[in-house]
Formats: sequence, structure tokens, C-alpha cells
Amino acid sequence: MDEVVIGLEVHVQLNKLRTKLFCSCPLNYHHSPPNTHVCPVCLGMPGAMPVINKEAVKAAIKVAIALNAEIQPFTVFDRKNYFYPDLPRGFQISQYDRPLALGGYVTIELDGEEKRIKLKRVHMEEDPGKLSYRGSITTAKYSLIDYNRSGAPLLEIVTEPVMNSPKEARLFLNKLRMILEYLDVFDGDLEGAMRVDANISLKGGGRVEVKNISSFKGVEKALSYEVMRQKNLLQRGRIVTRETRHFDEARNITVTLRSKEEEQDYRYFPEPDLVPILTEELVKEVEGTLPEMPEEKRERFKEQYGLGDNYAKVLILDVKMADYFEDVAKYVSPKLAASWIVDVLRGELNYRGWNFLKCREVLSPEEFARLMKYFEEERITEKGVVEVIRTKLDEGGDVEDIIKKKGLFAIPKEEIVRFCKEAIEENPKAVQDYLGGKKQALNFLVGQVMKKTRGRADPGETAKMLEELLA
Amino acid sequence: MKIAEWKEKVENHGCYDAVAEMLDRIEKSKLNAYITVCRDQALRMAEKYDRGELNGRLAGVPVAVKDNISTKDVLTTCASKILSNYRPVFDAHVVERLKHEGAIIIGKANMDEFAMGTTTETSYYGVVRNPYDLERVAGGSSGGSGAVVAADEAVLSLGSDTGGSIRCPASFCGVYGLKPTYGLVSRYGLIPYANSLEQIGPMADCIEDLALLLEVIAGKDVRDSTNAGREFRFVPDEKRLKVGIVKEMGGNDEVMGRFNEVVEVIKQHHEVGEVSMPSFKYALAAYYIIAMSEASSNLARYDGVRYGFALEKLDSWRRYFSKVRAEGFGEEVKRRIMLGSYALSAGYYGKYYLKAQKVRTLVIRDFRRAFEQYDVLISPTMPALPFKIGELADPLTMYKADVNTVPINLAGLPALSVPVGFVKKLPVGLQVIGNYFSENTLLNFGKQVSELWSG
Repeated sequence: MDEVVIGLEVHVQLNKLRTKLFCSCPLNYHHSPPNTHVCPVCLGMPGAMPVINKEAVKAAIKVAIALNAEIQPFTVFDRKNYFYPDLPRGFQISQYDRPLALGGYVTIELDGEEKRIKLKRVHMEEDPGKLSYRGSITTAKYSLIDYNRSGAPLLEIVTEPVMNSPKEARLFLNKLRMILEYLDVFDGDLEGAMRVDANISLKGGGRVEVKNISSFKGVEKALSYEVMRQKNLLQRGRIVTRETRHFDEARNITVTLRSKEEEQDYRYFPEPDLVPILTEELVKEVEGTLPEMPEEKRERFKEQYGLGDNYAKVLILDVKMADYFEDVAKYVSPKLAASWIVDVLRGELNYRGWNFLKCREVLSPEEFARLMKYFEEERITEKGVVEVIRTKLDEGGDVEDIIKKKGLFAIPKEEIVRFCKEAIEENPKAVQDYLGGKKQALNFLVGQVMKKTRGRADPGETAKMLEELLA
Repeated sequence: MKIAEWKEKVENHGCYDAVAEMLDRIEKSKLNAYITVCRDQALRMAEKYDRGELNGRLAGVPVAVKDNISTKDVLTTCASKILSNYRPVFDAHVVERLKHEGAIIIGKANMDEFAMGTTTETSYYGVVRNPYDLERVAGGSSGGSGAVVAADEAVLSLGSDTGGSIRCPASFCGVYGLKPTYGLVSRYGLIPYANSLEQIGPMADCIEDLALLLEVIAGKDVRDSTNAGREFRFVPDEKRLKVGIVKEMGGNDEVMGRFNEVVEVIKQHHEVGEVSMPSFKYALAAYYIIAMSEASSNLARYDGVRYGFALEKLDSWRRYFSKVRAEGFGEEVKRRIMLGSYALSAGYYGKYYLKAQKVRTLVIRDFRRAFEQYDVLISPTMPALPFKIGELADPLTMYKADVNTVPINLAGLPALSVPVGFVKKLPVGLQVIGNYFSENTLLNFGKQVSELWSG
């Protein structure tokens, strides 16, 4: 087996903050027209000066604590100088040799065992603007620049080169996303929320950096492609050169961007318009506000709701799902709620590409709980519940209306007993046949009951009931 | 012209006529001290004053603003082709303060391109001439700001001082100029050359006016993270001070002759001693490395895409912005961008930038030691009399002219240039350096010196 070594640089946008990193432009630009969330500071107008957003520093500290990293008492912003049209100042305000935090780790579950993915550092920086093209990138005559994103707060989280497979990288990112969403500083569903640069090497080959991986799924694909490409080269006795490659998401391949000799010199130096940040007080402020983290929640779910680990483990994967579950469990048996959410609702949402926030808007936890209640009281069958969920998600409407309209309410037992008695009275011949030993005659009677209930009775239950009445 | 004299004029003729007369003088002037004259706006404000609608501590007083200080909707060029069409969408903090106090912004003063120079010869708009000798320079980089005060083309002016850019033209034009303590005046809206070194400061015809303008522009501004959040109030006093002559800050015979005469006069009222600052022999080199390094980064944004000088013909982005910069920047600016980029490059950073920062620490230490012993330090502001236009053709000779002024910027201290008469009909300036936020001491000492000298 070739030894694969992977390290990641993950850029996370702290997109749940209200404003940008160095100005007070609102961060909710994702659905706005281009260049509407801008000001002299984030446009890099001459003479405008950056001012640190304290909330962003606090959010970053929160993340660093959750990642078990060592927060530095004294941290400095630096200028990373390079020319690119989306970079309005000709430099990015980032951090270099005095980052916010050093070290730390994220624990993942790999093939049933725990593994700690060690981190190198966590630092803050600003997002550049974004290039866009009228038509496609290849056919457009010119590029346009949207500065709405310019100055958005980013965290760069750098791992040690300690992952040994693309799958491991994916597990790490999933876990990282989970932690960030728990901290309520990050929404992984927003465009550009997470971007990854990956370093990957095989034993005996040079280290290759793959840039510009802009989705969670892309990371595993890009890395798998690289493993295959590098393996092929090495097997044929060729060398893997140290270089920077670019992930082409459309074609699922990586292509050469530049060789090591062409590496950029960023000419870092401390940003003279900002002052160093002393973190001690901020850390104290943040420590009291840390929310419950996934592992704590998992234990609590088992204890408080009596859930098995299999359900608790899945529910906590997504904090939005966990919250939904807790809201439903206020009204009905937690175990019942857990199994329906994990086994059915989650799949239905996935199928539609929805998350639990969207779900809340259409099917509130209260409504879902009412549906569970009907099921608990045996007023609706399992099949019926699934049908209501689907109808509700696709067409909306009121839970009770859907059940009535579709005739999904199960018939009360007494009523079925009454129908059974009627069927027995009305069909003496069949009754005689049955009592005479002709067991198939019972099916005829069941059929009659089904007719009377217009198919709403459970055939098995009805048969049992008839047997009892005729015994 | 002092504010008091201006007020008398306004009382006699009305603000409108007084401003109109000043505008006429500017129009006929041979100094080339303005890049933009705000004629209509100034006259409108003057009318407003005459109607009694303009209030504040500077109501109706014409002030010139250096052209690297942002003025909303008014051209702010930094004396560079690359910003020759640039109109900011916001006012600098100091401009807001001026407007708030009723000042009339009469124009944007000429300067060295991006404040890079000591003679205003690097301006895209041509050299500023010295009011006392048109064949000589007015100093730099705030050459326009110095000349307009000397020639009554404004009553007050704002300059910026990165390595002597207020004190040099103050000295060469025979006016008062103050470089405040780093952080006393907000830099918000000052188009940066070297952020860690520069301050906006006042220029005027007397200490009282200088103090008043400093009172107006100093103070808290949350938009500048390096702002100290301190106000300034001028409180007259006549304390006897301990005055240190800095041995390492000298000048040629003409300048030193006058300096020594001034020292003799000071000795009559104050205790005078000598102090040596061993780190100063590295200060000039350290200053230029830091200034150029920051400049190389600050000036990266001028690519002709969002504002400023642009080319008609589009091209690939890389080629386009290279051409814009090749055509838009002057020679001195390009030199400093290249030297600064070099000093910050991998492999050279430790040798140059970091070493320069270490020198900076040594300079601060030397000053600290000196201020344990002395209340103020003095030297000639400039080592020579105003240069002939074209005299400093070689860049290194020009850089050396800043030798007495740059250590102050490295340390972030305040320093004042006080006119001390003329030698060969050319003005000479005395530099007075104070401890952090000791502007009040500096101004009072400066006032005494100027009274003693003229009296």
C-alpha cells in the first residue's frame, strides 16, 4: 500500500456574523445584486482604514477553543501582498507569524476507531471580492468584479499532514463543519462558505498542492484523482514534481497551475493601520458563551431521552437536526421521534436537498409531533405517516387536512368490530363454510369488511377479529 | 497672515471680498502652490459667513489642504497622474473637523507625488516655488502648504509629515509647522505613503494659529485604529525648560551659524545642554527602508480599475494594470515601490525590514534617555538653506536632506519648526522636539523663541 499523506488548509467564512471583518458592511450579501454591500474600506479606497470587528475576533476565538487550539495572548495582522483583480488593495489583510491560535486537534471516527487530526494553526483573514463572467469563463470577453464578498471574515484552519486517505479528509471536514455549525458562526450551505487547499504526497513523490476546492464533496474527488495520478506516475517510474495544481470541478480533475519555482513571494509585513490584539480578556468573555458541543450533546441525548447510541450519534451530526428533534420530543415519545426523524424524515429531506431549517418552515416540529401522536394512538398507519410527510414537504397544507383528504385516518377498533359483525350477519353461507373447515371463506369475509371501510382497515387485524368473533 | 489679521480684513471688507482678493492673488501667483483651487465653493462659504451662517472656531478662515488629504467630491490627486481624476466619496477626518468649525477650504495644495520627496519637484503638476526666491524650492513634501501660508494664499494649511514633510517646507518658507505625536490626529482619509510614520499636522504664521488648528484637528476618531483618542488644548505657560542640543543633528555653516545664534538667545532663559544619540547614524537608512516598504504595499491598489487614471484600451488584466502603473506613476514613486518591494522580499526581509525595525527601537530608546534629562531637544530643521530648483538631482542627496527630521517619525514624537529669521534672504527653521503628547510644551517654547528672536 502506498503511503498517502494529506494536509489541509481550510478557509471558513464566518458567515453568520452581522458585519465584515474590517468595516460595518452587512454580511448578508448572498442574495443581493453585485456591489451593493460595499464601502470605502472594503473597496480599498485610498485613505479608508480598516477597523477590526471585535465580534469576528470573538467568533474566531470560539472556534479556536472548540478546536482545542492554544490561543495566543498577542496576535497581529499582516499584509499579504499580491496582485489580483478581486483584491482591491493589492494586498490581503491576513496573519503570518503571529496567528490567533496554534495547535489543536479534531477527533474523527475512522473505521470504528477514534483518530485525532492535529492542527498547525488557526488564523483570521479577509475574503477577497469575486470575479464573475457574463456567459462562461472561457467565452466571456471580460471579467466583472463583485466586491460584496470583499472583507468577509475568514478563518484559515491548517492541519498537520496527518491524514492518510481522501476519505479521512472528508471525515475531517464533515466533523469540522459540524463543530462550526454548533458554534453558530457558520452556515455550510451558503455559497463559498468553505474553500480548501490540499497538500498531498505519496511515499517517494513530491508534495503537490491542490488549490481552489470549493465544496465538501470536491475535496474527496480532487484528492482521489491526485492519489490515482501520482500512483500512476510512480508505478511507471516517473517522478511526481513539487507543484501547485488547480481542481477543475466540472471535469473532476486537477491541472498544473505553477511549478515550485514560480511560487509567489507575498512580502508579508505587519499591517500598520491595525494594532495588535490582546486576547486574554476576549477569551474570558467568550468562554462563558460556548454552546454544548456534539459529544456532550450525544451523551445528554442518551441520558435525558433514553436514546440508544445509534440514534444519538446520528442526531447530533447536524445541530439543526438535533434541535428539531428536541422540539418534537417535547410533545411525544423521544424514542419514537428519534427513529422517525433519523430513519424517515432525514432521507426525505436529503432527497429534496433540504436541511432542517427549511424543513422547519414547511413542517414545524409541533406539526410533526401531532403526526407522531396520531401514529402513537394508532390513528394512522406507518404508510400513512410517510405519505403525509411527503405531501406536506411537496405541497404544504395542514397535517389534519392532508390526513382527512387522503382518508388516512385509521378506523377505530369498535367500528371495525361493528363492520365485522355486520359481515357475519349478512353472509351466513360464508360463515357456515368457515365453521365447516373452509378456511378460505374467512378471506371473503375480510374482503367484505374492507369494502365497508373503503380499505382503511388493516387486513391482518380484521382477519384476527373475525376469527375471534366466530370462535 | 495671522488669523487676527485676516479677521480685521474681513471686518473691514467683508469675507466675500477678502476671499475674492485672495483668489485673485492665487490666480496671479507664480508659486504653483495649488493643484485645485475651490473658487466657487470658497466664495459661497464666504457669502455664508457674511450672512452670519458660518460658525465655529475657524469660521470664515481660508485653509489650504494638502492634496493627499481626502476631500469629498473635490479632486484629491496626491500630485500624481494616477489619481489625476480622482474625487473621493468621503471627507478625511480632519476635513470634517475643518468644515465643522466653519473653515473655508480654499484649495488643494501641491506636494511631492504621494508625498515622496523633499522639494515638491516630484509633483506631476510641477514644482512649487519658494515665495522668497522663485528659483528655489519651497521644500517638501508639503511644499504647497508651506508656500501658501508664507505668501498669503491661505491663512492656515494642513500638511502631512512622514519624514519631515511639514517641518521642511515650514523651514524653507519661514512659517510654523508642527508634526504631532503619532496618534494625536486621525489619519482617516489621508492617502497613505507610510502609515506607521505619518501624521497630518498644521502650518500657520504664528504659534497661536498653529495651536488653534491643532486643537481643531486633534481628537478621537474610531475609524483610525492607531488614533490615541486624546484631545489637545493649548494652555500658555512660560516655564523654564531644560533644552538639549542633539549633536548628531547638524547642518552646513550657514545654517549652523544661525542655529548657534538662536542657542545663545535661548540660553538666556533656559538651561541648555548637549545630548548624543548614537543610533541616529542608522536612522536615515532605517527610515527609508520602512517608508518604502510600506509605500510599495500602499500603492499596489492603483491599477486603473475602480478609480483614477485609466486607459481606453482594455487588455488582459496583468498587461492593463502594468501599463496604467507604468504611465501613471512618476520616477521617484516607481523607485520607492521597487526598493520597498525588494526590502520585503523573501530572503531580504530580515536583512532590511526587520533590521530597520530594530533601529527604530534603538532610536526610541535614545530619545527616551534624552527626555529623562531634557524637556525639549533642538536642532536646525533642515541642514541647508532652501535648495535651488534642480539642485538635488541625485536621489540619495535628496534623501540625506531629511537627516534631521526622520528620527522623529521613527519614534512617533512631536516636533515643531519655528522660523528664526533669514540668512542670505532665505528663511531658516529651528526644530524643537518634545516627548510624546507634549505639544503644549513645544508650542509654548516655540512661542518664546519666536518672541525672543523677533524681539
